[in-house]
Amino acid sequence: MAQERAHEEGQQHPIKLYLVVWGWLFVLSTCSYLVDYFGLEGYLRWSLILLFMVVKAGLIVAIFMHMAWERLALMYAILVPPGAVLLFVAIMAFESDYTHFTRVTFFGTGNASAQNQAVEYQKSSGSEH
Amino acid sequence: MTDSAHPKTLEAPAHPGGWQGFAADWSSDQRAFKSATWGKAMIWIFLLSDTFIFSCFLLSYMTVRMSTTVPWPNPSEVFALTIAGRKIPLILIAIMTFILISSSGTMAMAVNFGYRRDRVKCAVLMLATAAFGASFVGMQAFEWTKLIMEGVRPWGNPWGAAQFGSCFFLITGFHGTHVTIGVIFLLIIARKVWRGDFDSGRRGFFTSRKGRYEIVETMGLYWHFVDLVWVFIFALFYLW
Repeated sequence: MAQERAHEEGQQHPIKLYLVVWGWLFVLSTCSYLVDYFGLEGYLRWSLILLFMVVKAGLIVAIFMHMAWERLALMYAILVPPGAVLLFVAIMAFESDYTHFTRVTFFGTGNASAQNQAVEYQKSSGSEH
Repeated sequence: MTDSAHPKTLEAPAHPGGWQGFAADWSSDQRAFKSATWGKAMIWIFLLSDTFIFSCFLLSYMTVRMSTTVPWPNPSEVFALTIAGRKIPLILIAIMTFILISSSGTMAMAVNFGYRRDRVKCAVLMLATAAFGASFVGMQAFEWTKLIMEGVRPWGNPWGAAQFGSCFFLITGFHGTHVTIGVIFLLIIARKVWRGDFDSGRRGFFTSRKGRYEIVETMGLYWHFVDLVWVFIFALFYLW
């Protein structure tokens, strides 16, 4: 099998493949930059950012890092454990939501204290110079 | 014992693919990664552990950003640069992103030429990768200087939530350290490739196995990982 032989000699693919992936990474990075440039907001912004991020990461891991040509045993050993991070994200999202709730409840409204803090900071940094 | 009776019949079994192969590889009580050498398996496991480190940094950033009652500074404005009298949002970060992607492209081709035993092209492409990496670190130093001059500290900043500074310095600092280490190793390996150490089996670290250019791919895996981490930092810290 051609695939098996590729492993014996190390990874061997046409240079064109890397150039095409390089081009796509440029296009995707430009797209994600344009999301900020045009100031898209809300769920549209977040979903586009995540979409471009995941596609870019996939291209790098699959092609540049040659994961697409590895055996399933290595692929799962490396790619499944980071899935646990998603669970961690969910836990910490709940946790920070609760922290935010307690802060708003017990420290009063956020905006007033924000203004004070910024003013305090500017005062203290102004006196330093 | 059958093995003493028929020693010649013990031949390597063909490895099945797909799910059956997955189960067989893990249950065979021998080498689990059939196609990957120990070197490749180990760099992947190192990168996995590094993934968890960066994940924890980004997670803690998410946690403090979600839980603060103070507005988060707008990265689009914080990282804007005035070029030719026009304020362009996030432009330096965009340039840094393109530089790092380009370095990944040259690195991927260096690995390819290494396996083709084309050591001059391999070394030149690795040096180009190192140059891209060094310019990335230079821009990051510029960015840090600019922000520190504007009053960003790990404990506060003029625009809003104090946690912005600590997250920024921790995450970009740790990533920049990775890039710097990568540049140093790229220069070391490029010198060895250029001199033909992997052909001659010259004494020294990483060169003991004659005719093996695998270390270039190992180097490449580390470098692509640094680029990969930047993809996440760019999306989650700078663009969010």
